[in-house]
Amino acid sequence: MADPMKIRASAKDGITEVKVLMSHEMETGQRKDSSGNLVPAHFITELSAEHNGKQVLAAQFGTAVSKNPYLAFKFKGGAKGDKLAVSWVDNKGDKRTDEVQIN
Amino acid sequence: MNMQRREALKAGGGLGLFGLLAAAGLITPGQARAEWNKSAFDAKSIEDTLKALGATGAQSSTDIQITAPDIAENGAVVPVGVVSALAGVEAIAILIEKNPNPLAASFMLPAGTEASVQTRVKMGQTSDVIAIVKAGGKFIMTKKEIKVTLGGCGG
Repeated sequence: MADPMKIRASAKDGITEVKVLMSHEMETGQRKDSSGNLVPAHFITELSAEHNGKQVLAAQFGTAVSKNPYLAFKFKGGAKGDKLAVSWVDNKGDKRTDEVQIN
Repeated sequence: MNMQRREALKAGGGLGLFGLLAAAGLITPGQARAEWNKSAFDAKSIEDTLKALGATGAQSSTDIQITAPDIAENGAVVPVGVVSALAGVEAIAILIEKNPNPLAASFMLPAGTEASVQTRVKMGQTSDVIAIVKAGGKFIMTKKEIKVTLGGCGG
């Protein structure tokens, strides 16, 4: 199980801004280790964000997304205290969901 | 011997779990389309990526802004943001022309989500970064060159 994400969601003037920092290696599968063997690819493929159970963003990542991916986006609606959940799945089937309250 | 179960397993084996769920109606077509687009992410050229995204013939437009540095000191972490003032933006994709696989990330925006995303990407070398936006069923694109100076020698 991967480390928790850091999620910050703040509502202002009817728009909620969400910032997510995931903890993931994002190995491209093109890098070689010290003995010259390819390091197998290991990266987040899909991500979904839900506001009170309704999807507000779906993303697909390739290997070019940086290690410990950062993502920021905005959506209309959302009030203080609402729930915002973000979940991801990687190419090895690992997954993680974290939830925060909008403030 | 439970023959029904055997038949179900046989059918399921061919379709895979995803097909099974789709067949059972647990996944709506809308969600099914959101499955990881392997052909797009594996594409090795801009043209192939556009084809896999169904965005062939995307027109250049000034209605999209890429917010990114002109020069990135560290190609492993290049902040890239895409903003569009257009109404009805459904999807945004970020491509890096000279990476081994150009497509870095794609975003599906349900109604109510602003056309504004930011993330960080890896760049192997100085390259054009291309943002593709789907709005009202049409694809448009814009590009911006980002210089990468790996090693900090100002190369």
